[in-house]
Amino acid sequence: MIHTDILIIGAGPVGMFTVFEAGLLKLRCHLIDALPQAGGQCSEIYPKKPIYDIPAFPEVLAGDLIHNLAAQIKPFEPGYTLGERAETIEKQEDGHFIVTTNRGTKHKAPIVFIAGGLGSFEPRKPPIENIASYEDHGVEYIIRDPEFYRNKRVVISGGGDSALDWSIFLVDIASEVSLVHRRNDFRGALDSVEKVVELTKSGKINLITEAEVKEIHGDGHLSSVTIEHKTEGSFVKECDHFIPLFGLSPKLGPIGNWGLDIEKNAIKVNNALDYSTNIPGVYAIGDVNTYPGKLKLILCGFHEATIAVQYAYKLINPGKKYVMKYTTVGGVEGFDGTKKVAKKSEIIKINIEPKIPALEV
Amino acid sequence: MSDITLHITDREGKQHQVLAPIDMAMNLMEVIRSYELAPEGTIGVCGGMAMCASCQCYITSDHELSAMGDDEDIMLAEAFHVEDNSRLGCQIPITEQLDGLILELAPE
Ligand SMILES: Cc1cc2nc3c(=O)[nH]c(=O)nc-3n(C[C@H](O)[C@H](O)[C@H](O)COP(=O)(O)OP(=O)(O)OC[C@H]3O[C@@H](n4cnc5c(N)ncnc54)[C@H](O)[C@@H]3O)c2cc1C
Ligand code: FES
Repeated sequence: MIHTDILIIGAGPVGMFTVFEAGLLKLRCHLIDALPQAGGQCSEIYPKKPIYDIPAFPEVLAGDLIHNLAAQIKPFEPGYTLGERAETIEKQEDGHFIVTTNRGTKHKAPIVFIAGGLGSFEPRKPPIENIASYEDHGVEYIIRDPEFYRNKRVVISGGGDSALDWSIFLVDIASEVSLVHRRNDFRGALDSVEKVVELTKSGKINLITEAEVKEIHGDGHLSSVTIEHKTEGSFVKECDHFIPLFGLSPKLGPIGNWGLDIEKNAIKVNNALDYSTNIPGVYAIGDVNTYPGKLKLILCGFHEATIAVQYAYKLINPGKKYVMKYTTVGGVEGFDGTKKVAKKSEIIKINIEPKIPALEV
Repeated sequence: MSDITLHITDREGKQHQVLAPIDMAMNLMEVIRSYELAPEGTIGVCGGMAMCASCQCYITSDHELSAMGDDEDIMLAEAFHVEDNSRLGCQIPITEQLDGLILELAPE
């Protein structure tokens, strides 16, 4: 069981910044994210694209923003549970919450912040009949352990980086790699595309372009797929695994069943005060919340996080006095022993005898 | 004239006639969002960068549309339920020429 003061679901920019504001109030945080890395949409969708509306940054790459946030919160030693999706929340008799992930990791905290953005990123599944019944029986949307495919015949479909990179990677592991793509051009990085072409020429990858996997067959476990070529018609390809890699799309997911007030795929909060949800002790900040006038912007999420943390402090420390201090004045004292403080203004003594004009008598 | 009329069939099959301003640098996806014709979070996920295909629609009138860019073309190559008249709404700017456009939102 992982214990913390504020459990944050979602390690996007808003969840990350919460760690900083909570740290100033001496509260510790732990972040859970379904993705294997922090940064939410900024890391998953547009790391190399610029953002122009972060105050005081005329331009910053989304990836750099996340990099900077990670550095800014590091002194507050946030814990991370990455690659796991928060599934359930249970309120305990002592008023604390236990949040359990799909991998069974348990987290306990008096306060839960939901910073889930547009939801957890889930693989996009192609609309093939029966595909659901083959999931984990030969159809996988995510490659967790490449060794799983040792000496197996694998069909991958998709045209982005992950389809290209995994095709290349599995060449040395699987007994046969076929890559099926609807076009003759690829969206991925140039060197991956070149590598795939090279491996195709040397017969290591079976590249099938202008084609699409239309049907899957098998008796309990996948045994073949039907591939439809744009002009050549359909054919059946025997294989042990079919791995569709069509990117990820966010889904609100299990949070939708936690008894929270949901409106427009988002969690209703009290924006007049503290961004609390209808469950006392649970707050929702960033893209995942909604209220009249809501804007899904990073800077708005930062604001919401800052306000909500002040109220979380009051719930954790009832009656305990505190006033907000400017970081310039109070400095930043990390849990890791580091301390940042503004330099004292220098007072310079001048050792010059004052010249006082002699009094004339 | 600063507004045009669009005829949009949503994912439930319901038809809507909406007005869209031509002077606000909007695109088709944004118009659909502004009228909330598809639930939040199910359209415009990438913000309109031709990177998610959540704004895919079928254009059923014979208006002349802006040509398809490489980004759009390649994204549609990876989208599902693609038809010959599929376009990404976010890549179609609202212009006077689109008055009377008829379109249907592709399934999620
Ligand atoms: C292409 C693009 C351009 C953008 N440009 C700008 C811009 O210029 N300016 C601006 O201000 N904003 C911009 N945005 C929006 C901005 O990225 C979002 O407002 C911001 O990412 C929201 O941060 P967040 O932390 O609330 O959520 P997110 O970044 O969405 O992060 C939420 C995280 O929560 C995780 N999660 C959700 N549910 C669970 C669960 N049950 N268990 C575990 N993890 C879960 C998700 O995996 C995700 O990583 C842009 C967005 C896109 C897509
Ligand atoms: S909004 Fe993502 S492709 Fe159009």
